[in-house]
Amino acid sequence: MGRFLSIVGRDLRLAQRHGFDSLLVVAFFVIAVVLFPFGVGPEPNTLARIAAGIIWVAALLAAMLSLERLFQADYEDGSLELLVLSPVPLELAVLAKVIAHWVTTGLPLIIAAPLLAVLLNLSAEGFGVLLLALLLGTPTLSLVGTVGAALILGSRRGGVLLSLLVLPLYIPVLIFGVGAVDAAVAGFGFKAQILILGALFLGSLALCPWAAGAAIRQALE
Amino acid sequence: MDRFTGTDLLCIRGERVVFLDLAFEVAAGGALVLVGPNGSGKSSLLRTMARLLKPAAGQLAWNGVPVTEDPDAHNARLHYVGHLDAVKPVLTVLENLQFWASLRGVAGRETAGRALDAFGIGHLADVPGRFLSAGQRRRVNLARILAAPAPLWLLDEPTTALDKEAIRALEAAIAEHRQAGGMVVMATHADIAADTPSVLDLGDFQAAEAA
Repeated sequence: MGRFLSIVGRDLRLAQRHGFDSLLVVAFFVIAVVLFPFGVGPEPNTLARIAAGIIWVAALLAAMLSLERLFQADYEDGSLELLVLSPVPLELAVLAKVIAHWVTTGLPLIIAAPLLAVLLNLSAEGFGVLLLALLLGTPTLSLVGTVGAALILGSRRGGVLLSLLVLPLYIPVLIFGVGAVDAAVAGFGFKAQILILGALFLGSLALCPWAAGAAIRQALE
Repeated sequence: MDRFTGTDLLCIRGERVVFLDLAFEVAAGGALVLVGPNGSGKSSLLRTMARLLKPAAGQLAWNGVPVTEDPDAHNARLHYVGHLDAVKPVLTVLENLQFWASLRGVAGRETAGRALDAFGIGHLADVPGRFLSAGQRRRVNLARILAAPAPLWLLDEPTTALDKEAIRALEAAIAEHRQAGGMVVMATHADIAADTPSVLDLGDFQAAEAA
């Protein structure tokens, strides 16, 4: 457990020393959302109708933006080899890196989301559900993205490839994330959508570290 | 007494046979020096020993037990020094070292400090990695293997970028490691003195031309 935490701690420390990187992700999220009122017009009812969708799509793109570097830096400087060769099982090491990734990108997105929801005139009933859905959904984004980040190691146009690999897999999270908020706003129950988001999270928690570990081993051969 | 052996190893890279029918044995306190021309598979053999590469055929064993039976235990008993130094530019030298030591359950500043002193870089402990020269980065990488003990050292061209003083420090570290019953497998072109090493010439295990 101590070893697991020391990987999390190291990645958090690296992110903190790089400071700017995780700020950029939040900045991208904010700017992407703010662009929509300019595109679709400032009509409050229209914005309220599409607010949840905009926030979720921007969150997906922002999360993906930061994934490319998840293993790339460690791959280039040889740290990934040593991580694979450490006595810590690789799957656990991957999980530790996912946690650090979520804390530095997913969490700031969740904190920024309510502000943007106000900007888009999301009705009050939707706020709590939006946060709950993001809280369950963003770790799933990090987990699924990890597999993509591991698969693109060593490829030349990694970033583009990553979006092709990962974005289709994000669709279920998007559907149920937006669905939960829409249901709450319309006054219906949203328990089913939240439960499905939880199931997606648990499923990816069980599968993704293994898939990413296998991809990393393949990349190092 | 610990014994690390390989039998009938076959390595294929990109449809080319790098070496075949290769066998080796290292006993506790022993040193195996890999020699051979460029491309003869010295690095591939070291990576195979570390299980970064899977051999296309053959088996690696520790005291007769195949290492595939418990990969994490094999990882715990080896240190690998490759071509890359794995020094993070934004972490200080000590932070870099302590992180890798903590993954092997060794915490504490003293051990890491001693390892740095052994390679003459104790005064750089609080310097961020980005300010280090290539030779200093290599010294940090070598200090890493002293900071957490492991019986098997796999060193791929460890003298790259090192000056004479650092090479002597490495020789001393290797001698001490072997005295304590450790094993060293090392690929090198440079002359690095080691007492009574066995030499494995990878040129002997190449596929016959046009076979």
